[in-house]
Amino acid sequence: MKKIEAIIQPHKLEDVKEALKGIGVDGMTISDVRGHGRQKGHKEVYRGQEYTVDLLPKVKLEIVVPDARLDQTVSALGQAARTGKLGDGKIFISSIDEAIRIRNSDRGEGAL
Amino acid sequence: MRRIPGHLGCLVLLWMSWPAAGQPPAPEGPAEKIAKLEAAVASAQTAGDNAWLLTSSALVLMMTGPGLALFYGGLVRRKNVLATMMQSFILMGAVTVLWALVGYSLAFSEGTPFLGSLKYAFLNGVGLEPNADYAATIPHQTYMVFQLMFAIITPALITGAFAERMKFSAMLLFTVLWSLVVYSPLAHMVWGKGGYLNAFLGGKIPTFDFAGGTVVHISSGVSALVCALYLGKRLGYPHEPMKPHNVVLSVIGACLLWVGWFGFNAGSAVGASGLATSAFVNTHFASAAAALGWSLAEWLRNGKPSVLGAVTGCVAGLVAITPASGFVKPMPALLIGFLAGLVCFVAVSILKGKLGYDDSLDAFGVHGVGGTLGALLTGVFGTNAINNALKDSSGHAVALGLADGNAGQILNQLWAALISWGLAIVGTLVILKVVDLVLGLRVSQDEEIEGLDLSQHGEEAYN
Repeated sequence: MKKIEAIIQPHKLEDVKEALKGIGVDGMTISDVRGHGRQKGHKEVYRGQEYTVDLLPKVKLEIVVPDARLDQTVSALGQAARTGKLGDGKIFISSIDEAIRIRNSDRGEGAL
Repeated sequence: MRRIPGHLGCLVLLWMSWPAAGQPPAPEGPAEKIAKLEAAVASAQTAGDNAWLLTSSALVLMMTGPGLALFYGGLVRRKNVLATMMQSFILMGAVTVLWALVGYSLAFSEGTPFLGSLKYAFLNGVGLEPNADYAATIPHQTYMVFQLMFAIITPALITGAFAERMKFSAMLLFTVLWSLVVYSPLAHMVWGKGGYLNAFLGGKIPTFDFAGGTVVHISSGVSALVCALYLGKRLGYPHEPMKPHNVVLSVIGACLLWVGWFGFNAGSAVGASGLATSAFVNTHFASAAAALGWSLAEWLRNGKPSVLGAVTGCVAGLVAITPASGFVKPMPALLIGFLAGLVCFVAVSILKGKLGYDDSLDAFGVHGVGGTLGALLTGVFGTNAINNALKDSSGHAVALGLADGNAGQILNQLWAALISWGLAIVGTLVILKVVDLVLGLRVSQDEEIEGLDLSQHGEEAYN
């Protein structure tokens, strides 16, 4: 099992959700996060007081998939989230040791 | 609509016009008729004037709550929004009680040129009969309650300077003392009968302040600066971000201030008169031009005109036109507003940063600076073509400002502004010292970090 953590532009969330649904991935966890990579922040001015806002709002998706579905999921996600500009985000992939469905204690890929 | 049959209508008319049997109409001489007419005219004028003044009183109260409470509340961080709004709201209670007991008397009864007496204490003698010195056509109580609304908003304006760091108890004691030591004396000097600066009621230095450029705005703005300097900066200012937590609230607040200001300025005509219209138009014009002035300056300097800038500009324009609103023509009002937008922008956005004091919500930059500018420009543009209430011994309207050829008035205005500055500085310093000794002014560091909503009031705004 692999966990895909993707940090994407908030306005791309709908596209990504649709793309994942299209390939049959229907479980995901989403959180609102703030952060930055190479994208520069922006400046805000309130009555002459300047603030540099470099932690920008992003959305983080967490998805766990069977190993066999990893490539397909990552490519669908990447395509849907891409605008080609700085700030599109990152995808991180890691291995998952175990998954348990709380309702009936199913384990392993069957629990996904 | 239901129609009454014709013959029935005729019957009703006949019955109404039929003289009652055995009661011939009493003969009425022309003198009696005239007396009755005069009474009817006076009563009609009272009805009109009183309706406008009561409406204006309500409008001016609306400026404090919710107007100022929202304007200031939006500018602070979310952990302090309730405490900030409370600082305005509680004054609607505290100053009202104080005003009823002694405040009104100290400001508006006859006494020395610098302070009234206790003649009207507990509103003794302040009834429904007009007080001809102040307003001959409305009940004295209407005038009293109208003036009360000014006394409420003035200390509320100061709270912008010490927002996010002052103890609630200290703030309450400070504003109560300030009302007595600074507000009432200054109101007496400028508006009270026999007041030192009152051009209309026997003042030694005739000064024109239609609705409170000195009494309200210089006094609150300059006191605000003293408070900001005395209390020191907020923890983390200026390197920690202290962005306004909700500019939407501030926009709503500023719009309420704009509308309420019609009561503030046009109500100060103390009648539903042409002068009220003049003040209304000037108020609106100055506010509009100031919003544009500030936006333009910001656009040129920062590349973008901010919403917060536009609404702050409108308030600056309202402040500056306040003393002039019943003395100038509409075109000078536009100019006064536009200048106020530019000058207050420089004070708030450039000078404050350079001087380094933490006037958290810019009470000084807007009210102190705008009020002083307005007080001086009243001496420039004041004209008896708008306000001819002041007559010389032969009954001719007196020249008011430079616009009438009376350049010396600018010096009078300057003197009044200096006196207001002086009283505000000295009075505020003394009161701060006293409150500091009795209660302590600032919350503890932990309480400041936690936020005043929780530490002072045990509540949170957004749950």
